[in-house]
Amino acid sequence: MAKDYTAMWKDLEIRLDAHSGLLGVLTDAYTNIYLSQKNRPEGMKYFDFVISEVHGLRIEELLTAKKEGRKVIGTFCVYVPEELILAIDGISIGLCAGAEVGSDEAEKFIPRNTCALIKAFMGFKLAGLCPYVQTADLIVGETTCDGKKKAYEIFDEITKGKMYIMEVPNMKGPDGRVLWKNEVARLAEKLESLSGKGISLEKLKEASRIVNEKRKALQRLSAVRSHDPAPISGLDALLINQVAFYDDPIRFTAQVNELCDELEKRAERGIGVAEKGMPRILVSGSPMAIPNWKLHAIIEGSGAVVVGEESCVGERNFSALLDGRFASVEEGFEKIAERYMSIHCACFTPNAERMDDIRDLSKRLNADGIIHYALQFCTPYMIEAFKAKKTADALALPFLRIETDYSMEDFGQLKTRIEAFIEMIREKRRA
Amino acid sequence: MTCGGIDIGSRFIKYAVIRGSDNISFAKVETGHDPLSACQRLLERERPEKLVATGYGRHLLEVQSDVRTITEIKAVAKGVKALFPGCRTIIDIGGQDTKVIRLDPDGRVENFEMNDRCAAGTGRFLEIMAKALGYDIGEFGAACGDGPNGIKINSLCTVFAESEVIGLISKGSDRRMIARAIHDSIVQKVIPLIQRVGSLDEIVFVGGCAMNACLRQMFEGRLRKRIYVSENPFIHAAYGAALYAQCEG
Repeated sequence: MAKDYTAMWKDLEIRLDAHSGLLGVLTDAYTNIYLSQKNRPEGMKYFDFVISEVHGLRIEELLTAKKEGRKVIGTFCVYVPEELILAIDGISIGLCAGAEVGSDEAEKFIPRNTCALIKAFMGFKLAGLCPYVQTADLIVGETTCDGKKKAYEIFDEITKGKMYIMEVPNMKGPDGRVLWKNEVARLAEKLESLSGKGISLEKLKEASRIVNEKRKALQRLSAVRSHDPAPISGLDALLINQVAFYDDPIRFTAQVNELCDELEKRAERGIGVAEKGMPRILVSGSPMAIPNWKLHAIIEGSGAVVVGEESCVGERNFSALLDGRFASVEEGFEKIAERYMSIHCACFTPNAERMDDIRDLSKRLNADGIIHYALQFCTPYMIEAFKAKKTADALALPFLRIETDYSMEDFGQLKTRIEAFIEMIREKRRA
Repeated sequence: MTCGGIDIGSRFIKYAVIRGSDNISFAKVETGHDPLSACQRLLERERPEKLVATGYGRHLLEVQSDVRTITEIKAVAKGVKALFPGCRTIIDIGGQDTKVIRLDPDGRVENFEMNDRCAAGTGRFLEIMAKALGYDIGEFGAACGDGPNGIKINSLCTVFAESEVIGLISKGSDRRMIARAIHDSIVQKVIPLIQRVGSLDEIVFVGGCAMNACLRQMFEGRLRKRIYVSENPFIHAAYGAALYAQCEG
């Protein structure tokens, strides 16, 4: 970081010693995993910078915006409509949940066998290490799994009443859709009263355009990854998808588009980060919150390249656009509700559309194999792995099922499994 | 030409060298706390012209002395296929890992399953339990009692299972029946892996735990199939790596 942010962190009640330790670990991990990659696109420099300022410049920007009367809204899930947040001039931030931090503190409140993501968002706050939680005016949770919804009750106490919960239905039938539409309107009301700003049609249209442009840029990135050799590593693409949750959306979109210009040129010329013909892996399953780079790092360190993420930090975040043709705020809310109901999370039953997504993505990205990733104790994805395997079998694609968390204790085991999986793909090709 | 395969496992390092067409030598030493030195001592005895490393510690040699590596899954598949040409399913229970591997008719790995990050259902579990009951690991299988068993080990975790065993001992349960329950709990953990991988005949049981006749009989009883075990169930991954060195190393 170029600047000394100690005073800012102190004001935010960050525990300075532990925090500087965390930043040290993060910088080392980033240097080892990211900066050591070969043939990285020039356009990644921006994202390297963003990461280097993850708890610095971006927090300063948020604090400046707050002084101007804007609200910072923390989220944990792709079901929270960003359009509504932007329509009240708010800033949407995906909160820290991707590292094994403060587990011992978190375990005072929640059971040991809770998924790593939940443990992490509790841990980051309890250990005083997340400046985003400290900056947030409101944190929007959602009922996507039992672990999260119960943990939010406790998190509300810990954050002294910052939580607001959206009820995501379990099924996508007519009743579920009505409930969800009402939830969208209820969040809009909450945001309006929090900010003291009404949502006008003009504002909602502008917000919708900004978010759609971001989605289109991410779709463009996804499309260019279908080339062989892959013009960008899975690690770098994952990073961009993670940064999508907390960077300024307009600036982010411009940077992703600029990177895509470069990547499309690379693809035309046949330049890649991997050799042509290197095994191509689709990763599917639980979200990978920043800085969870574990699986991608193992895969790409074992002679394969990740070409897509059927994940909330990935395709589920951007594959559907919002239909921007609405003539009233009310109609806008309806379109928003519809759009967010087209995300195919394992929290729904039935969820056959996710299997269609896995099939379509495998084909579009020319995947040679699917690695199904479930966070340990993330029951919806752990169980849906069974159907994902059947989908892969029908495509005659090799399939590997992984359950893990953020710790490094199973690194050796995972490496063996993933290397063997890649050997299997190579042998299958030769046959 | 001489070709070697070295399998650096969690408990033992196994070393196979092939001379000419069918002269195979084999050595096995404890992995201990300094596997690299243990490997070097083995290699000093005989350094083959081509060498491939496998097993949990394979990357140690790759980094230190630029030796090619393959995973123990591929290595074991090659080694077993060479000794059992009709094999389609391998059950490999080693020190810290349990693997079930399905082969295609040509011996290529078609599918595999491994235990999740936990030593229950592995050789290490068996060792700890043998110790808790005062048996030597070599006699543990033969010590198992016969017939219906009222005792069941329920814990998923080695540590809790050990407390369970200690509880049973203090209740005065028959040591031989506790031993049987322990073996049964390993089989219980491995059966789902076999079912998931979709096992086909012939089934070959390898790894240190294949020395244990009780486990083999239990698998045969549960699967209602004959299970083959070779004279030296430790050799397959090292031998498979040596074969790989011979044709591609």
